[in-house]
Amino acid sequence: MKTGIVVFPGTWSDRDCAYALHDVLGEPVRYVGHRERDLGDLDLVILPGGFSYGDYLRCGAIARFTPVMEAVARFAQDGGLVLGICNGFQVLQEARLLPGALLRNASCEFRCEWVSLRVEQTWSAFTQGMRPGQVLSLPISHGEGNFYADPATLELLQANDRIVFRYATPQGQVAPQANPNGSTAGIAGICNARGNVLGLMPHPERACEALLGGSDGLVLFRAAVMALQAAAV
Amino acid sequence: MYQADVIVTLKPVVNDPQGSTIKSALHALGFAAVEDVRAGKLLRLTLDTDDRAEAAAMTESMARQLLANSVIEDFKISLVALEAPARSRRA
Repeated sequence: MKTGIVVFPGTWSDRDCAYALHDVLGEPVRYVGHRERDLGDLDLVILPGGFSYGDYLRCGAIARFTPVMEAVARFAQDGGLVLGICNGFQVLQEARLLPGALLRNASCEFRCEWVSLRVEQTWSAFTQGMRPGQVLSLPISHGEGNFYADPATLELLQANDRIVFRYATPQGQVAPQANPNGSTAGIAGICNARGNVLGLMPHPERACEALLGGSDGLVLFRAAVMALQAAAV
Repeated sequence: MYQADVIVTLKPVVNDPQGSTIKSALHALGFAAVEDVRAGKLLRLTLDTDDRAEAAAMTESMARQLLANSVIEDFKISLVALEAPARSRRA
């Protein structure tokens, strides 16, 4: 799986993503600069976490207009796999590749902690091989991860099974006390209609080996590998 | 030249935790009459045009494309003519 990791000015999780994919999983990776217009033969594009353009104006608002995002939009349109993590999720929403928006956390606090996520669907490219209801333990690190969508959009996401992850208790119960940021319906991650574009606030790349506190993040990357193999058959 | 002020606020239906926190602080200071606070941002643009209609149209376009996110935000524009004439790029 050839992975491109997009680097905007202010991106900070690019090397963590490269570590998880290359050093841990042995997959080839390359960095993609924000001015690049050609994604070449990539299979997966990751928009990593960080503070692209200093979060000026709105998180992701400036990054959305970079040349590389035009290429990412075409890549997604052609069925390429796109994973937006944290700030990358915000960029995907600003680019209208995913619906809704991420507001300031309800607590107004920056939250940096491990959370439990319930897997809500297993048909998307990033949840292949998972079990519905499976609980993953991943870290979050954000001040603006409070998922918002208008009621019609929420209904559409629900009806089309596009809510991929919800914040839950370690036992898998979606509950207010397990929701770290006030997200509507406990939503932590959603995908597009085709299932090839996923955005989520938690950081799978920071949960890629026991030394870091867990390796549940690897299941997302492995799912992407499976999805590509399935598509190639 | 025109000065365009673009005020961007969260839509009324969108929860504003920043505004709520500011309201609590104002209550703590004794301003009990404060019913609601909505936080927003002001973007002040200086435009090189003397044509009010053109200034209005370009500001509206900028607000729609970049300055506000229509999923969660509303915007209001106000225009003020500035004293200095525009540097004409078309001359």
